[in-house]
Amino acid sequence: MPTDQTTPPTADGGTPRIRFEDVRKKFGRTTVLQDLNFSVDRGERVTLIGPSGSGKTTILRLLMTLESLTGGYIWVDGDPLTHDRRNGKRVELRNKEVAKVRKRIGMVFQQFNLFPNMTVVQNIVEAPVHVLGQSQEEANENALSLLDRVGLRHRADAHPTELSGGQQQRVAIARALAMDPEILLLDEVTSALDPELVGDVLRVLEDVAASTDITMLIVTHEMQFAKDVSQRVMMFDGGKILEEAPPEQLFSDPQHERTQKFLEAVV
Amino acid sequence: MSDFLQGLLTALPRLLQEGLQATLISFVGGAVVMVVVAVLLGLAEHQGPAWLRGIARFVVEFFRGTSLVVQLFFLFYVIPTLTGVDLGSTWTAILALGLNYGAYGAEVVRGSLNAVPRGQWETATALSMPWFTQMRRVIWPQAWALMLPGFNNLMVMLVKGTAVVSLVLMADLTFEADQLRRRVGTWPAFIAALLIYYVIALLVSLVMRWMERRAQRRLGLGDFEIRKARQEADQVMAGAAAGDAEPVAAGKEGET
Repeated sequence: MPTDQTTPPTADGGTPRIRFEDVRKKFGRTTVLQDLNFSVDRGERVTLIGPSGSGKTTILRLLMTLESLTGGYIWVDGDPLTHDRRNGKRVELRNKEVAKVRKRIGMVFQQFNLFPNMTVVQNIVEAPVHVLGQSQEEANENALSLLDRVGLRHRADAHPTELSGGQQQRVAIARALAMDPEILLLDEVTSALDPELVGDVLRVLEDVAASTDITMLIVTHEMQFAKDVSQRVMMFDGGKILEEAPPEQLFSDPQHERTQKFLEAVV
Repeated sequence: MSDFLQGLLTALPRLLQEGLQATLISFVGGAVVMVVVAVLLGLAEHQGPAWLRGIARFVVEFFRGTSLVVQLFFLFYVIPTLTGVDLGSTWTAILALGLNYGAYGAEVVRGSLNAVPRGQWETATALSMPWFTQMRRVIWPQAWALMLPGFNNLMVMLVKGTAVVSLVLMADLTFEADQLRRRVGTWPAFIAALLIYYVIALLVSLVMRWMERRAQRRLGLGDFEIRKARQEADQVMAGAAAGDAEPVAAGKEGET
């Protein structure tokens, strides 16, 4: 397990799994996120919704360290992800320090991004072997059982280009799970799929949600999926949380007109 | 006509015995230096910090922007007087060819690295791979397949380009052909040389194409993608450096 807890857990496990503290993100002169504060509990599933450009994907990308923070802090289990506060000063962490915490996080992308120079099973085995230092046999065995779980064991030796989009995405999910993440980020994982392939992918994710306690942050336009899987939905607009509530409540009784309009548009 | 044939038949074995070796040494040595230089400069240009990118950029532009013949003479005549180190004909030839063609090759390497989709880097990061692992296991194998068509062009050009080494007193094919003129006549001497150059270039190209196909099939690329990679390679050769977009690692297109 890649979980090196560098900070002792504060109090009685009261540390949130993820905490955004005054997070600011600018692209050039455009502010995408403005003083964002929120926490996600261990094992919680949170869905982020909102119009495009509202900053939801940026939140996932910041957590995955694919973008750099303009201001503020992100804490994972109380450990700083990219910036730490030392003697009241904001300090950027070195790559090695970032890598330690990043290992607890996995991500599935809209475009699947399978490695085309590897077979399906090699895609899954790659990081466990070369990052976690698992033996080839151990990683292989694990990969095959993950492929079983996503219903693609029979395609283990196929080439990614031989698979449908939905199958590729299921492999990508298996690949992320192979790193045994504590946090899984799902970035519009069904948006690039043909409608008839969406169901299989969502079923796999629902199964993962039901059978593990992985904390999930989900950006999706599939409202039914959000309802089925998540405990909380956060509505974003203009880089801020407009409102948040359990899915049933937010979907049936949105407080803001903006949320209402958005939901009408996507459902 | 029979004089011509007679001359050709005299010239061919003579050239194969005398000039071929120097030409092959220049080519193989030049090719090795070229690939090393291309990979180092290309990586520096694409992945290095700003200062290193600047230096690499300058080196590339310098070697692409000045004449190979002058570079050859510079290494041969100026370097010894400056440093007291005399490289000798063979090493001068190999180094000058390698540096000059390597500068073009750097653009091939950079363009190919650029052509690997951003998502591949991001996914490798999301899997916590360190930079070197990302490069070695994920990015390079994909970029390599895209590089080969460009290197194919360069290798064939290098075969022909070796003809300049006679200027620093290497007795290569061109040099020997020139020598043979008096014995067998101008026509047979140079036709024989052309034939030999052609056959070498053909063999080189065949080997490169075979490597291309192998690398690209391994990526599951079809004929369409292979053709596209070749076209892009030709564009690089034409001076239009492929994709001048900023380096992938520093991209800023994260929307939403």
